[in-house]
This record gives sequence, structure tokens and C-alpha cells, in this order.
Amino acid sequence: MKKDELLAPGHRTCAGCGPAIAIRLLLRAAGKNTVICNATGCIEVTTSQYPTTSWKIPWIHVLFENAASVASGVREALDMQGKEDVNVIALGGDGGMMDIGFRAISGLWERGHNVLVITYDNEAYANTGVQRSGGTPWLASTTTTPAGPASKGKDQWKKDMPAIAAAHHIPYVATASIAQPFDLEKKVKKALSIKGPKYIHIHAPCTIGWRYDESKTIEIAKLAIDTKMWALYEIENHKKTLTYKPKGTPVKEYLKAQARFRHLTDEDIEEYQKRIDEVWARDFETE
Amino acid sequence: MTKTVMEGSLAAAKAAALCEPDMVVAYPITPQTHIVENLGKIIASGKFKAKHIEVDSEFSALSACIGGSAAGSRVFTATASQGLALMNEVLFAASGMRLPIVMVVANRALSAPINIWNDWQDSISARDSGWIQLYCETVQEVVDTIIQSYKIAEDKNILLPVMVCMDGFFLTHVVEPLDMPEDISKYLKKYKPEHAFLDPEKPQTQGPFAFPKPYAELRKDLSDTIDASAGTIKKCHDDYAKLFNRTYGNGLIEEYKTKGKKTIIVTMGSLSGNVKEVIDKRDDTGLLRIKSFRPFPKKDILAALKGKETVIILEKNISLGTSCGALFDEIRSIHCNVEDTPKILDYIVGIGGMDCRTDDIETIINESNTKKDGHIEWLMEK
Repeated sequence: MKKDELLAPGHRTCAGCGPAIAIRLLLRAAGKNTVICNATGCIEVTTSQYPTTSWKIPWIHVLFENAASVASGVREALDMQGKEDVNVIALGGDGGMMDIGFRAISGLWERGHNVLVITYDNEAYANTGVQRSGGTPWLASTTTTPAGPASKGKDQWKKDMPAIAAAHHIPYVATASIAQPFDLEKKVKKALSIKGPKYIHIHAPCTIGWRYDESKTIEIAKLAIDTKMWALYEIENHKKTLTYKPKGTPVKEYLKAQARFRHLTDEDIEEYQKRIDEVWARDFETE
Repeated sequence: MTKTVMEGSLAAAKAAALCEPDMVVAYPITPQTHIVENLGKIIASGKFKAKHIEVDSEFSALSACIGGSAAGSRVFTATASQGLALMNEVLFAASGMRLPIVMVVANRALSAPINIWNDWQDSISARDSGWIQLYCETVQEVVDTIIQSYKIAEDKNILLPVMVCMDGFFLTHVVEPLDMPEDISKYLKKYKPEHAFLDPEKPQTQGPFAFPKPYAELRKDLSDTIDASAGTIKKCHDDYAKLFNRTYGNGLIEEYKTKGKKTIIVTMGSLSGNVKEVIDKRDDTGLLRIKSFRPFPKKDILAALKGKETVIILEKNISLGTSCGALFDEIRSIHCNVEDTPKILDYIVGIGGMDCRTDDIETIINESNTKKDGHIEWLMEK
């Protein structure tokens, strides 16, 4: 990485933290002329230990569930000061954005504020001990959906947040992965070039929540997009366009690589593959 | 200046508009008071340049105020009852982040059962949130207090949010003759943020994470500052009086005909009007009206009650689990180790909008000599 880093080293994320990589890429693309409104979560708590900070750009954290509303206030204030050119980004994890902070985000999209909303999705409340979130995938074992003789882990499918964003008819929605850094940066730049509300959902593996070796973060992220567990696409003018063609690797390889799925039997994995194929067909092969 | 006749909510909106906030953030929770709608109309008329932001909840309303204030704007919002309760978590963040937000609270009861009428359970419940709380008796006082509140909140030594509390219906929906200032530019200057801004040229981290020691130090500083704000509230009140010739006691408390009286009624807000009417007709009772509930002006209250025989508290709140109201607890507690402590009686009145009429107050005073110290009673409509 040659460019000046806007997230200074020395922060306290775990070794192999996927979200930390996501934020570095995000900031490289967004540049200095940016204000970050950060929801409570892993990134907030590891980067802002008073009186130090890892943020070389203006940054504000208020609560868990209001990053988008704070961003609306910041946006209006900057616009009143003639600083329409400053990027405002509402940033949070899957818990902060897909669950507890969702109302505020929906409100922002509906109001049409010129703000980029980013979810870094590590698929659980990792900061508080890996509890299940709306972003947790089906059958993952978490501390609140532990697998056991009477449970297969989380009962529900992952919440389709980008589709919900698209249903607000905002000008730009995209998904991204830390496994595709140039694609991620390109999408951030594109989003910030569009006036109005935007949404990018970044898939970012978590070593402690997903339980894999900390050296494998990018490998896991790659497996997610190649097994169709996570799709990379953009939605513009109501049109969804895939931006990465998955290799079609069996989902088994992704599931077997993480201890959060280690309770799954061969039959479970077969069922998983079936569902993944169905969802993919529904979302990308219906044209 | 000629008197105008104006409804309380409209007057509050006009006073807020005079302060020229950069943004007004609004959400109409039930029960809603039409202050922010009035501001919407004023902004739509083009009389001053501000953004009216309609958000998804009261939670987001105060959150957007925090964002705006943290980015260097003067902001305003108003709420009531459930809205204030929903904001509770955000209240603590606003004061902890030292943002000079001004918010009008139209005091109304809390669910359940749902009830839209006046009492103070909403704002009294928020008493430990680090906000300055000023309770007003009249619409005129609401107008003047809103203007003073920006001056208090934005004082460099204070930098705290202020709640201007006005009784729902009794003040929000009443039409009152009043003086609406035309020009307050000599009193309140344009807001120039020096401590909080979000400028890429001067990057600032706001709202960090703090370990126990710095956290405790910052909370202590917050506590010391809200205490110290008593002096600022007085000064802002006095400076305002010099320009507009209106006073409300010393800005913290108001003593009404207390000299030489053995019995003192203590209350807050619009109920003071009824109490004054009763007092005017008799020679044994005075009124101590507490305007600033936070900071709680302990010394002023103690001095005002010194040497009195009976203190009758009329309060529109109940601190559930203590069987009394918050004023009673706090006034009793400041009398600890004080010689010749007066007999203190507590009357829970006006809960959920119940009437507390002048004849009720007469009866309470007349029967006070038969009550023992610590007597607590609910005034119920017959």
C-alpha cells in the first residue's frame, strides 16, 4: 500500500481482522475530504481509545443505533457551511446497521441525504462476544445460537440488506468484499461521485467469530465469493449487475474452513448447497 | 414594545427562530406538540435560513442534533413525554460530548396507561442525564428562557445541552399576551464553534472510547461543569434583564412574597401561577418557585427556606419506589444537618393532567398545621 494511510496503525483490532482491512480500503478510496460517522462496534472501540485516535480524518461516534441520523445532522451542517464537497460516511457493523440502527438508515435513505452508508459485515456482534445478528448466515453457531444436540445454529437465512437498500430506490447500491480490494475501492469512489444516499455492504471475515486461523482472512473472504455465499454486484437504475463471476466452488469448502459451521453433517452441507443454488438462481438467473 | 397575543407553542417556535438555529430537527411522536411544525412554517416563509429536517424518530431527532452540533451548527428540537423517554440514551451522549443543544420539552405524562396530558414525569426522569433543566411559569418566560438557553449552552466554560421545560397544555396550548423580542442580536451572537467541528482541514475525533480513569475524570468534569453552570444561568438571566427588562427571580429560583411568611409552597412551572393567586389573598404563605432543577440550586433553596416553619411541596411527578416526588427527596436531603429544619410536606399533584385548582391549594395550606413532617399525599380529583 503506497498511499498515505488514513487509519493509523497501532489500533487494537484482532490480528487478521477483516473489518480493519475493509476500513483501510474504504479510506484509501474516500480520501481525506471525508467525515466518518461511526456506530458503536468493533471498529469504533478499537480505534478511538481516549486520548489517542487512529483516525486522520474527522470522525464521530455517538451510539450504536444512530450513525445514520448523526450523519444526517453532519451532512446538513456541512452543507450549511458550504462544504458540499466533503464526503459523509455512516459506518457500522452488521449489528449496528442491519439490526439496531436499521430504522435510522431507512430514514436517511428515505430523506435522500447525500451520505454513503457502509456496513462492514462480519456476520455477528463480534465486539460483544459473537452473538447472532441479522447478518449471521444460516446454521452458523454463535454464542446466542450455539450448535448442540438440539440446535443446528442460527435458524434463519441472512437478512438481505442490499435488497432492502435497493427497495428505497436510492441511486447506488453495491456489495463488496475485502477479497476484491480494487473492486471495493472502485465502488466506493463511484458511490461518492453520485449525489444522494448510497449503500455499500462489505463482507469482512472475523477470525474470532467465524473461528479460523488469523492468517486465512483473505482466503476465507475469497471462498465466500467463489462459493456464492456472498455475491458481488451493483444496483443502479433498478438494474442489478454482477461485478464478479464466482468460480462455483462447492460451499462445503467454505463451511469446512470455519469452526462456526463444524457441527454440520454431510447432509446439512448438501442442503446448504441446495439453498445457496436456489438463492443464486432467484437473485441472478431470473432475467 | 407592544404586547402580542400568542399561543405557547407558536411563541416557543418564534423564540427559537429568533436564535437562528442552522437546523431544526423534528419528529411527531404521540403526544406531539406543534412547536416544530410552527418552526417549519417560519422556515418555509423564508424569514430565516435554516434546514428543517424530518427524521424517523425522536431518537434520530436528537441524534441528528448531535451530528449537526458536533459539525459546528446551532441546532434546535422539541419533544414531549414518550419522545423524551425514547431519547434517553441520546441525552447522555449529548451532554457527555458537551454539545450546546437547546431542546424544548412540552412536559407530559408517560405511558402506561398512555396519557397525553401534563405532568413532569418525562423530564424529571431525565434529571441525571447531564442536561441543564429550566422550568418555566409563563409563555413569556419560555420565550425568554429559550433565548437565554443558547447563551448558557454555548458559554465556553459550560458547553452543555439545555432543556427548556414548559407544561404541556397549560403553557403549550394557552394563548397569552406577551412581549416577543424583535431583535436579540445584542444578546445572542452567531454561534462560532471552537470546541466541536468536523473539518477535514483540522481532523477531530469526537465521541471516543475511554477506559475507567479517563472516563471517571470526564464524568467528574461534567458534574463540576453542570454545578458551575448555576453562575452562568444567573449571569445570562441578568444580562438579558438589562436589555429586555424582564426578570425571573435570580434565574435559578424565584421567591414570591416569602418575607416574614412562616409557610412556603415550593413548586415549579405553570402551577406557580395558581399558587401566586392563592398567596395574594392571604398573608401567611409565600412561594419558592424552582426554575433550575438541574443544576439544583441547593444554596439558594436553603437560604430561601431558612427559618421557615412549614414547606409544602407541590410536584407533578412521582419517583416510583420512593413514594414521593423528586423535589421532596432533594429538598429534604439538602436539609440534612441543618438546624431548625422546617416541616416538609409533599403533595403529588397534577399527575396525568389532573387539576390542581386554587381551592385545592387553599385546602392544602389550611390543613398543613395538622400534618406531620414527611407527610406525603396525592391530590386526587373528587
